[in-house]
Amino acid sequence: MSELIDEKLVRHVAHLSRLTLSESEMVDMRRELSAIVGYIDKLREVDTDGVPDTAHAAGATNVFRDDEIRESLAPDQALTNAPQSQDNFFRVPKVLDDGGA
Amino acid sequence: MNQSVYDIVTAIGKGETTARAVVAESLAAIAARDAQVRAFVCVDGEGALAAADEVDRRLAAGERVGPLAGVPVAIKDNICTLNLPTTCASRMLEDYTSPYEAGVVERLRSAGAIVVGKTNLDEFAMGSSNENSALFRTVNAWSPDRVAGGSSGGSAVAVAAGMVPCALGSDTGGSIRLPASFNGVVGLKPTYGRVSRYGLVAFGSSLDQIGPITRDARDAAIVLSVIAGDDARDSTNVRGRPFISGIADGETTPDPFSVGVASECFGEGLAGSVRASVEAGIGRLGELGAETVDIRLPHMEYAIACYYIIATAEASSNLARYDGVHYGHRTSRADDIFELYSHSRVEGFGAEVKRRIMLGTYVLSSGYYDAYYKKALQVRTLIRRDFEKAFEKVDVIASPVAPTTAFRVGEKTDDPLAMYLADVYTTSANLAGLPAISIPCGFDEDGMPIGLQLMGRWFEEDRLLAIAHRFLEGTDYNRLSPLCNPAR
Repeated sequence: MSELIDEKLVRHVAHLSRLTLSESEMVDMRRELSAIVGYIDKLREVDTDGVPDTAHAAGATNVFRDDEIRESLAPDQALTNAPQSQDNFFRVPKVLDDGGA
Repeated sequence: MNQSVYDIVTAIGKGETTARAVVAESLAAIAARDAQVRAFVCVDGEGALAAADEVDRRLAAGERVGPLAGVPVAIKDNICTLNLPTTCASRMLEDYTSPYEAGVVERLRSAGAIVVGKTNLDEFAMGSSNENSALFRTVNAWSPDRVAGGSSGGSAVAVAAGMVPCALGSDTGGSIRLPASFNGVVGLKPTYGRVSRYGLVAFGSSLDQIGPITRDARDAAIVLSVIAGDDARDSTNVRGRPFISGIADGETTPDPFSVGVASECFGEGLAGSVRASVEAGIGRLGELGAETVDIRLPHMEYAIACYYIIATAEASSNLARYDGVHYGHRTSRADDIFELYSHSRVEGFGAEVKRRIMLGTYVLSSGYYDAYYKKALQVRTLIRRDFEKAFEKVDVIASPVAPTTAFRVGEKTDDPLAMYLADVYTTSANLAGLPAISIPCGFDEDGMPIGLQLMGRWFEEDRLLAIAHRFLEGTDYNRLSPLCNPAR
């Protein structure tokens, strides 16, 4: 099964994962993922027809509460770890171009 | 320090010692030994002594103090603490200090426990040896050539080397039990949902659980009774299930019980010395009045595959939040929004974290979801059913914790799959949500500790702890590591 993990697939998954892997990381990742996927493929042996998915491991069900206003972090606390902030906002680099103006 | 949590609480309660003296002893032990094992990411001597003085002041004033008054504790560094950094042993969070405190830490502090520091782990709790820490490597308390075990390696080593009497770890697939086993201490993974995870940095949300690492079972019961309970801030927390410890009050005799032994847990790959000690341990349970029953766990062999699909799928989703925007590492070389995310992530995460994000993204991606993720959720149900069936016949299930004792540093770092297989006996308790405990049960030919695992029915931690308590009485399997021997 490991031939399924080709270079194109590794690039696709790296893109979905938002990871800019170097060329050597791509090579290592393909080899390692191939080994791991080859192993997890053993689940195919198991007959799971009609078996439900597990939702909560200890069998808990929904707990409802009233939708009420509660205390939360103040803006200055929420911003204490921001890479950059300004006033009460997270600051990020400009990401939209200026439309050629 | 060789006193247990119980000894410390008793001595302080009787006025035989002070919280300051106990905390000072813990800090002195850390100063003397941590350079050899590197269990701690940070130590807060000043804060710990100030908190100890406050406990002593309250005692002197005749005010009420909690059940852990003056007890030094260490906290795994993926559990959020105010005033101390929470790094997850990752470059991504190297400079992160949480603006809020985890539910378990609030509970420990209000019980009078003194947080002396934060302990090392595999980055984001992903690993079985502690070699995936991006900060530095913690080594085994019994031999510097051997791995600490992971991912709560720092916490297990801190307890085994007598630096603190108890520590918190987190267990997603064995991360409390495996390092406890490798270092000869007691590690308890509670029932899923019993302990609040508010403030635990999320890895595999349907599997993660916080639990205690201690020298003996009574201490584990005392700590669990403090950290278990309702917390509305964790939506997976099971309500109305506080833990009331019988053993802490001297109740030490479990009712007659039956022990299930599954041949699936004693197959290929199990080291001879581990098999011999675990079998002797099961024999010892028999001497304590247990009836041994053969059981079957036919889906056990699929647990690792099932676990690594579910855990990585959940990790890929949980770790999507590290994007360089709100907190954590931000790249300095981004020209657009995609690069801001992807450069920040590739710079901030280590190799194993990237590997798991990739695997998790793959098993969730279009075209592969049904074959892997959905299939794993169904196999998970079958694993749970195996246990339901077994627990109709037996009260607890005994197995090894790990197939070997602590392996050598570097032995498995080039083979991620071999590393994953260290979790072969531990992941099924997480998949089924069961409580499970690692108890020291002997040593191999090199003097390295061996662990016996007991798994119990959902919410039956009291039974596991009572059995573990009796098991350890009259043995020295849980003695402190040779590091604590002043002759060395």
